[in-house]
Amino acid sequence: MYNIISNIKKNSAMLIFISLLMLMFRSPVINAGTIANDVFEASLQSLNVKSLSKKREAIKKFSALDDDRVLPVLTALSTASLYYKKSDKTIVYAQKKDDLYDIVNVVSGESYGQVAKRTIKKIRINNRIRRVLRAAIAGLSLGSKDADVRVSALNEIIKEIDDDSYALLLSRQKVETDSAALDLIKTGLSIYALDNGEKTERLTAIKYMADSLNPEVRKKLALLLVKENNTYLEEDAAIRAAAKKAIKNIENNVELFGLVETTFFGLSLGSVLVLSAIGLAITFGVMGVINMAHGELMMIGAYTTYVVQMLMPNHIDMSLFVAVPAAFVVAGLFGIAIERGVIRFLYGRPLETLLATFGISLILQQLVRSVFSPLNRSVETPSWMSGSLEINSVLSLTYNRLYIIVFALIVFAVLLMILKRTSLGLQVRAVSQNRPMAKAMGIRTEWVDSLTFGLGSGIAGVAGVALSQLTNVGPNLGQTYIIDSFMVVVFGGVGNLWGTLVAGLSLGVANKILEPWSGAVLAKILVLVFIILFIQKKPRGLFPQKGRSAEN
Amino acid sequence: MVLEKIFPSFMKNDKAGQILLMILAVVTLLVSVLNLLVPESSIFHVSTYTVTLLGKYLAYALLAVAVDLVWGYCGILSLGHGAFFALGGYAMGMYLMRQIGDRGVYGNADLPDFMVFLNWQELPWFWSGFDMFWFAMLMVVLVPGALAFAFGWFTFRSRVTGVYLSIMTQALTYALMLAFFRNEMGFGGNNGLTDFKELLGFNLQSDGMRIVMFVLSALALASGYMASRYIVNSKLGRVVVAVRDAEDRSRFIGYKVENYKLWIFVFSAMLAGVAGALYVPQVGIINPGEFSPLNSIELVIWVAIGGRGMLYGAVIGAFVVNFAKTYFTGVLPEVWLFALGALFVVVTLFLPKGLVGLYDQMKKNWRPA
Repeated sequence: MYNIISNIKKNSAMLIFISLLMLMFRSPVINAGTIANDVFEASLQSLNVKSLSKKREAIKKFSALDDDRVLPVLTALSTASLYYKKSDKTIVYAQKKDDLYDIVNVVSGESYGQVAKRTIKKIRINNRIRRVLRAAIAGLSLGSKDADVRVSALNEIIKEIDDDSYALLLSRQKVETDSAALDLIKTGLSIYALDNGEKTERLTAIKYMADSLNPEVRKKLALLLVKENNTYLEEDAAIRAAAKKAIKNIENNVELFGLVETTFFGLSLGSVLVLSAIGLAITFGVMGVINMAHGELMMIGAYTTYVVQMLMPNHIDMSLFVAVPAAFVVAGLFGIAIERGVIRFLYGRPLETLLATFGISLILQQLVRSVFSPLNRSVETPSWMSGSLEINSVLSLTYNRLYIIVFALIVFAVLLMILKRTSLGLQVRAVSQNRPMAKAMGIRTEWVDSLTFGLGSGIAGVAGVALSQLTNVGPNLGQTYIIDSFMVVVFGGVGNLWGTLVAGLSLGVANKILEPWSGAVLAKILVLVFIILFIQKKPRGLFPQKGRSAEN
Repeated sequence: MVLEKIFPSFMKNDKAGQILLMILAVVTLLVSVLNLLVPESSIFHVSTYTVTLLGKYLAYALLAVAVDLVWGYCGILSLGHGAFFALGGYAMGMYLMRQIGDRGVYGNADLPDFMVFLNWQELPWFWSGFDMFWFAMLMVVLVPGALAFAFGWFTFRSRVTGVYLSIMTQALTYALMLAFFRNEMGFGGNNGLTDFKELLGFNLQSDGMRIVMFVLSALALASGYMASRYIVNSKLGRVVVAVRDAEDRSRFIGYKVENYKLWIFVFSAMLAGVAGALYVPQVGIINPGEFSPLNSIELVIWVAIGGRGMLYGAVIGAFVVNFAKTYFTGVLPEVWLFALGALFVVVTLFLPKGLVGLYDQMKKNWRPA
């Protein structure tokens, strides 16, 4: 039954939103006893009267019923899809299909199949009834227990406020508890006051509206400043001045929130950069190994996420919590294998390391192509990561970006702890500062090398898990990020984790700030050129290492 | 020996180079004759396809010589030489685009097709002059040279070396690739420049012209090789090698290290530009993909496989790897990336001097001490 109803509406946004309501009301038809059912049926039949004034009364009575089936009926009536069967006057929902009509019993939801047009007749309404219907529908939605439903109903109502809806808003204002809904009610009331009130009322309304970010408010205020034949439609100069000031204030607010949003986007891009560069900061910065296969280790992390989701298709929400450690282990093992198999023979020959690891990256790419096919694989987003945190009507922060920022910071903190607080970290730093001396003190440098490289690679894998939530998972995933990651590490200063963090975040923000006026690609080019020039000035990055470890 | 009389004095000590150039001359002559004079039915006939393929390899070989000059002799591992190659190619491509005239799909005499498609009204300023052959040829060397000069001037001066330099060159070519992908740049965006008709009035598709391009490539490789040999044998070349082996020491002795590096880098970029200009008419297209960092890294491996710091090693490497690539991508496309990747690893681990080094090693082992 509800499917039919949601199919009926086609045109206005109001109807679309109501069909959304239908979905929310999806609870099974409440069987509130036969008496309630009889009352419902009787009131329903009373809708089908000849006299239009009686029909209006019937609608008012009908909408007062406490029944989930009321709203769909009213909606159907207002969209002219409520019919009755000529044979026994049973009221049905009808939907045209080819030349026939699909009809469904309103009371029981039972389908009668397809019938010819002549067997049914539409329940007629006129404009006055339509108005009554609209008010009744809005009133019903406003009475919903779900605050979100009320808010979206209010959003519709304030688009067109008349005396009826004004009265409705006034009555709701007393009982409304949800702050967003209350705000909308006040906005609606002030729009009404602006249209119909005295001068002082209008001025206070404008004052209230100046702090609102609702697009309707902006539209209303802009209307006050419209000129026609060189005279303002709004005669009162004081009102016009107030409106101008209010618009200015709103624009400032919008700009401010726009800036906040840009920064947020920048930070989320920056944290992706940090995530992908931070593993490199270990292998490149601490060990001095240029690992061109770093991007492919991220790719392996992303594919691990894919495989984990394949293995637990019924627990997608939990899959990321499994994927993070799994990707760390898988990528880490790959890293250790690369270190043991190739890199350890090339210590002290950075250019050769670069070439050899590049070869490894090609092999890994082709491996993934052969195993998983060259096509992109889709990794599902857990439900808790989709959607967004709406702060107001112009600023909403998507959860996936929000979590990426948090995740990047956590990974960074953990890595910092490992390097600063554990014995492994101590040994890593010792080996990176003075290898022969560390060896003389009894540190197994080879073992430390392997573990450090494994750690860096594991972090790359973890970054891959995060990337799998943002972009397509394909064999070329790593290539896209490798140059950026190197840029971040070099920009921040090699061997300095904090530098990597600052560099990544600031490059991300810079990129997003440039984007609006230069376009995404040009922004990226500008950032690259900036780094190339910056390195000329400070070859050791933002935070160069000092003291003995600075010597190469 | 006859060889000594043919080659100029600076080639005296380069036996392998002499042999290589002789082989090049013989093969060029033979291929031209076999293509033009032997009828197609004969088994000795060399198809035009093969001629074009060989011409492409020759352009690559010249590019490899350019890379070897900076990497093998100066120790600058440039991962962005593909950019200079592509810029030279674009300069040539722009000339060829202007030669199309009103024979394009839209029949517009003033604008190349892609500009008509983008609704541009007039030719951008940087396209002016490219309808003149001499100007285009000048740009083939000047544009890559100028970019190399600007980049090198800043970079060598601030003593960015080693891995940092490599990453910077990679960023350079990456930035250029992104830029050339943009339609607004006026270089045909994603599709690049293609659909060329003729060069100096000669149809590019004709067999005769293909042979001409092939022979020109061979000549360019030979003269590029000899010029490079001349440079590395000169005093400048010796200082450059000194810089490679001990940069600080050379500086302390009093040489202006950054100037030596800069000139060798600029010269190498110009050679790469010429290689690109020869490559484009034979392949028939130039697009931003040529700027991709992967291409630049791949050409480094040609040099590494042939053997760096010898010049002829670079030529051999370019031929061997590209022949293998053509063969494998045709027969076993899946295997090619595995093979290329393995080549990178094996060569760096076991063949630090490349194929040439392997040959020397075997010769040494063969002959009892």
